[in-house]
Amino acid sequence: MAYLEGKNLVASYGVVPILHECSVEVEKGELAVIVGPNGAGKSTVMRVLLGMLNATSGSVTLDGKDISMLSTQDRISHGLAFVPQTKNVFPSMTVEENLQMGGFIRQDDINETIEEVYALFPILYDKRKQLAEQLSGGQRQQVAFGRAMMTKPSIMLLDEPTAGVSPIVMDEIFSNILDVRNAGMAVLMVEQNAQQALNIADKGYVLVSGRNEHTGTGKELINNPEVRKKFLGG
Amino acid sequence: MTSDSIDIINAFALLTNFVLLPALSYGSQLALGALAVTLVYSVLRFSNFAQGDSMAFGTMIVILLTGFMISRGWTISGIPTALLVIPIAIVFTSMYLLTMDRLIYRHYRKIKAKSITIVMSSIGVMFVTGGIVRFVLGATAQKFEDGERFIFSIREFKAYTGLEQGIAFKTSQFLTITIAFLLVAFVFYFLQKTKTGKAMRAYSDNKELALLSGIDPDKMVQITWLLVGALTTIAGALYGLDKGFAPQQYHLLLLPIFASVIVGGIGSPIGAIAGAFLVAFSEILLTYAYKKFLIYLLPLSMHPSSLVQLIGTEYKYAISFVILVIVLLIKPTGLFKGKVIVDE
Repeated sequence: MAYLEGKNLVASYGVVPILHECSVEVEKGELAVIVGPNGAGKSTVMRVLLGMLNATSGSVTLDGKDISMLSTQDRISHGLAFVPQTKNVFPSMTVEENLQMGGFIRQDDINETIEEVYALFPILYDKRKQLAEQLSGGQRQQVAFGRAMMTKPSIMLLDEPTAGVSPIVMDEIFSNILDVRNAGMAVLMVEQNAQQALNIADKGYVLVSGRNEHTGTGKELINNPEVRKKFLGG
Repeated sequence: MTSDSIDIINAFALLTNFVLLPALSYGSQLALGALAVTLVYSVLRFSNFAQGDSMAFGTMIVILLTGFMISRGWTISGIPTALLVIPIAIVFTSMYLLTMDRLIYRHYRKIKAKSITIVMSSIGVMFVTGGIVRFVLGATAQKFEDGERFIFSIREFKAYTGLEQGIAFKTSQFLTITIAFLLVAFVFYFLQKTKTGKAMRAYSDNKELALLSGIDPDKMVQITWLLVGALTTIAGALYGLDKGFAPQQYHLLLLPIFASVIVGGIGSPIGAIAGAFLVAFSEILLTYAYKKFLIYLLPLSMHPSSLVQLIGTEYKYAISFVILVIVLLIKPTGLFKGKVIVDE
């Protein structure tokens, strides 16, 4: 059984069905990527895994334990962390306060983790007293990333981390993600830039209309002619 | 008084007594109320129309407890008994506000109602709260101040300084300004420095991300009502000590309080306080009769015969209205760059 597993997830917003028996899984030290067209339910998978949306059927297990019935907060304290695509910082709070809020549920000393985040993103140390809303898009993304790392999670969920950033910043963000994976964390991300994402992914899921259309390693999917034609622009 | 000399010192003593001190204490009372409205708006996302009547509720508890304490003879000479019972009154008022939240507002939060829907329900709470207060205490005005009335009286001031124009510093004014200052300092310290206060700001900033950070929304809502209960009770009690208690008067306080919040910038705590003093000073400066002040300053030939009052006191609420309209027309975000109310 994989470290985090979402199995046969069915979910809907009101009466609109979004996911139909969709399954994803990710191991520790592995980067899994979910790609697919708009409206395929990519972000919904994340919301179900996090308990922000209840699945009508299917199960979510973490390290073999069923966490389907847990609240979002409980899942966070069990080691899940999430970086939303938008609104992923506290805009009127300083960088440092953003990180402190990330570590809100921890009872122990969080300063060491804050130092680790500063070591990973040195620019944040220089800007630690600045409000998050005053930062550039890339820097804000780093704050969002740092905030999520404050709980010392074992698995990180990322919703389109490179949306709206320049190609240079995108490379930087991907390299940060690989650092996190290499440190032994499980990473599951939804990504629009399918080509680049599958290039660095250990595992990929192509989702279409809430169903698993293709599954394989990143390389397999890139080399799959059907995936290439439909989703990677030839 | 009839002398021809220009008397600046007496003129400003007059102004201190009739404008500066009253406006400072009125401003402090409004500031606490405005801060409560700002907290509710920031955390719970609605404009609380029940604020004025909640202040009446808090004051009602203070009055009842004060009466009880005096009847038992449990008083400390020189100190207003109301001051002693405020902590207990805060507990009662907070419990009342939390009950209202549990019965009414929570439902609308759960179904993610539009902000305007919750505002309308707060108008309902306003009427119910006002009704409870009138049912318990009646609609007539009453005073509940005991203890030493003055820090120094006009006579003491005159004897000490030898000035013709005296200044009285009422105990209620002294208490209002001091307590308001301490309370505001506490609220700012709480919001800026403590973990819970920061979590409240985080929750106000971005609810979903707060949830993802493990911040308990229910707890944030409860702490907000506790703070609001404290601000509301203290603001109401201080206003009542200063000017006496009348349910209708408290109900009408809503207007200057909202004006303060909007002038300062909705959702900005510092703006709410600045706005409160702006409204208080405008109200008192515009309704004060300057005749005596000008007599001190002008030579005999130029002494005014009229009262030199810009606006009659009966129109003082119109001033809040006018300030509101001007701000909304010219600078809707207020002095401190608050939010413009839009329904999400």
